[in-house]
Amino acid sequence: VSSLRSLVTAARTLGREECEALAKRALSFATADETRININSGGRGNTRFAVNQISTGGDNYDATISIRSTFGKRSSVVNTNKLDDASLRSAVQLAERLAKLSPEDPEAMPELPPQTYTESRGWSEATASLDPPARANAARAITEPARAAGLVSTGYLETQAGATAIANSKGLFAYGRQTALSLTTTVRTADGTGSGWAGATTHDFSKLDPKDLGARAIDKARRSVNAVAVEPGRYTVILEPTAVGNLVQFITGAMSARNADEGRSFFSKAGGGNKIGMKVVDERVTISSDPLDPEAYANTFSGDGQPIAKTTWIENGVVKNLSYDRFWAQKQGKQPVPTSGTVRMSGGTATTEELIASTERGILVTRFWYLRPVDPRTILYTGLTRDGTFLIERGRITRPIKNFRFNDSPIYMLNNLDAMGRPVRVSASEAGGPGLAIVVPPIKVRDFNFTSLSDAV
Amino acid sequence: MLALDAARGAGAQYADVRISRNRVQSINTRERRVQGLSDNETFGFGVRTLVGGAWGFAASSDLTRDEVARVARQAAAQAQANRAALVRPVVLASAPVTKEGTWRSPAKIDPFDIAIEEKVALLLSANEAALKVPGSRFVNSAMFFLREEKTYANSEGSFTVQTIYRASPSMTVTAVSSDFSDFQARQSTDIAPMGRGYEHVLDAKLVENAPRWAEEAVQKLSAKPVDVGRYDLVLHPSHLGLTIHESIAHPTELDRVYGYEANYAGTSFVAPPEEKLGKFRYGPEFMNIQGDRMQDGSLGAVGWDDEGVQPETFLIIKNGIVNDYQTTREQANWLDWWYKQQGKATRSHGCSYAQSWSDVQFQRMPNVSLLPGEQNLKWEDLIAATDRGIAIVGDGSFSIDQQRYNAQFGGQLFYEIRGGKITGMLKDVAYQMRTPEFWNAMDMIGGKDSYWLWGAFGDAKGQPSQSNAVSHGCPPTRHRGINVINTGRKA
Repeated sequence: VSSLRSLVTAARTLGREECEALAKRALSFATADETRININSGGRGNTRFAVNQISTGGDNYDATISIRSTFGKRSSVVNTNKLDDASLRSAVQLAERLAKLSPEDPEAMPELPPQTYTESRGWSEATASLDPPARANAARAITEPARAAGLVSTGYLETQAGATAIANSKGLFAYGRQTALSLTTTVRTADGTGSGWAGATTHDFSKLDPKDLGARAIDKARRSVNAVAVEPGRYTVILEPTAVGNLVQFITGAMSARNADEGRSFFSKAGGGNKIGMKVVDERVTISSDPLDPEAYANTFSGDGQPIAKTTWIENGVVKNLSYDRFWAQKQGKQPVPTSGTVRMSGGTATTEELIASTERGILVTRFWYLRPVDPRTILYTGLTRDGTFLIERGRITRPIKNFRFNDSPIYMLNNLDAMGRPVRVSASEAGGPGLAIVVPPIKVRDFNFTSLSDAV
Repeated sequence: MLALDAARGAGAQYADVRISRNRVQSINTRERRVQGLSDNETFGFGVRTLVGGAWGFAASSDLTRDEVARVARQAAAQAQANRAALVRPVVLASAPVTKEGTWRSPAKIDPFDIAIEEKVALLLSANEAALKVPGSRFVNSAMFFLREEKTYANSEGSFTVQTIYRASPSMTVTAVSSDFSDFQARQSTDIAPMGRGYEHVLDAKLVENAPRWAEEAVQKLSAKPVDVGRYDLVLHPSHLGLTIHESIAHPTELDRVYGYEANYAGTSFVAPPEEKLGKFRYGPEFMNIQGDRMQDGSLGAVGWDDEGVQPETFLIIKNGIVNDYQTTREQANWLDWWYKQQGKATRSHGCSYAQSWSDVQFQRMPNVSLLPGEQNLKWEDLIAATDRGIAIVGDGSFSIDQQRYNAQFGGQLFYEIRGGKITGMLKDVAYQMRTPEFWNAMDMIGGKDSYWLWGAFGDAKGQPSQSNAVSHGCPPTRHRGINVINTGRKA
């Protein structure tokens, strides 16, 4: 294995000085009134396993530059991954030509002057240096116990190590680099009658225990065999943190002040305006974003160069902030509030097991699948339970049950809140990539709306 | 060739390399302004290797000699590492070698030759036409173009060069009630993305169609909320394409059937093949589902797939019975027994695809289409024959389980049918179905004159998730007694 390592370079990213030099080179070709440069570079590695063996994998490296040229109120963006002088010059020229041809934008905002940023955190050497043999070892920590147990494991490990930088013709510059990693597995019984999932995401591979994660999926697969049908309807549910993350991210995704002010959002107020200051969910719920959250790091600057600070979106059930882009903030006489790549929801101290023990009759949900918006007026979504759905009776899990389709809104869900457990970082992206950095608790909720049964295992 | 030599030098028994240059232009507008105008180019290469029956893949945007050799060796080293847990070695079905092949999408006008101001002017005039309709408040419109120049070579001697175009014009008009208590949107789902050039944008007649989409958005505000219950559904091709995509095209992907996508996209109820091929009734006798990468202007059309195979047209469902699956070279061998039984050669159907140079190719769906019925029935004929039903136009909200049994679909426009006539507009409609029952409840099908090619860009599968673009052709259909729910709630 050690001889292989020499062939496999660790993830490459452009450093701060390299980004500064590249931005300076691109800006030197610019003749526009204002020019903004965004640079993204990095490597992604992945290993997939299926039917207890590695099926495919991939390692790739890319570095791209985005050039935004502005003349007066006219602008355009050109992206390229060819970074030699001639290519850069022609990309800048193309951006300038397209900008001149585009109509004036009445909402154009000038580039920001230099800003002060907190340094982005969230780089882990353990993640950045993870190579194919190390990824294969992590996969085997799941596939071998699964095979030994006569089960079929499938899963995915992805690592990202990337740097992002922004510069503009007014002298603004920001740089940050981060790693991200996710490992997810679905273990099924050989006859296809049971399926269990487990997953985790973190920026630091050393915090991950693939064997433990695999063991949880194996346990769920075994316990989910021969599920029985329970009539669809409104049930008390205990949602594991992943299931909560699956749904809560839709609330923060719908918090555009402009859509609300324009009357086309859940956050629109009847009669006009938005719901800032109004109570929308249970008073125990606070939802915030902090790019320096040690469990969920994100970038400390936005794509247009605004510093990103901690933002509270919902505080004790009341809407505290909506996101304002720079134009809408100016028009409404507000401060801009950029969106963030991280979300944290408040919680309690209970474990999922304690939430189960407190439940007379209810349903435990491991995760949701195929979530799609049905009605943006209420953030109503549909989707299905998957890979570990169980009936709870008198404080105990008594049997596996068939999967349900639901039609419900995370807003209703957080109004029907019974109890919350301890928040944890979850892998809330259905595709199994690192996704949004989100920390959420397990919750117990009344009257969750299951509308039909699914035969899918 | 340098990459292939380096990969073989590093122990690969088979290798292929894709070099591609993708140019993408997108223009997004709302009301009277351009929100975004961007032109993207990405250039790079990916090398796939087979070492001792295990795959490896590596890619880079740096096309220097040293980097090409390094990436090829890296792909071989990765394959070597991936052998660690090998259970069933990969064996490729044989494929004819194409020594020098070229192919180009049937694009008449290269979108990148059209001046940006012409495109912007067209979108803004369409927006203006929509905003003239009283009650229409917001309008978004967009154009998206792709030109992919892809060169492929493999260690067996195939070498192909292809130029692939895709074009997608689109609009969404939103109406808001005067008291801010409701809003409704109409998306231009009767214009599908296609594998064509700028002529597709001109053919879409955005300016001419915009007032109709705006009027329909406004009408939705005062549409009657649907009563829940069972209805006969008459489904327009602009709606049905998505239902075919989710409930037929996905479950007949052979990698899903064998559990390879269990962790994300899911498995399939059309499994195992031994129990389904030639046996399982998916729908009525007149139901024929074709897989192809040939249809003129379709999103799936190519000359060769991403492992050098010339695709063929094949019947996935024949006279209502499962007849075949979507395959790559690795997968075709898995159905060897069936092809022998049928007296057919074992070969890939040409369904290998990667979204870009930086991603590994794997099995993706071709165009999967419902062939028209023998009687030349039209949309109007299906409505006239229906006593109590709902006609659905355009695709909307959609969701389906991981084995493709239980699905829920919304739409753009819903019309109440009473006594063979459309009597008014409905809203908050979605139908819930179980796939085999839904297709076996199909009792009428339109003919060739009502066949239409629906399409989508965002077909997601794989980890990391890759995006595929496919078309699904179909005529309108009628399905008896389908469960309809009301999705409206109060905020």
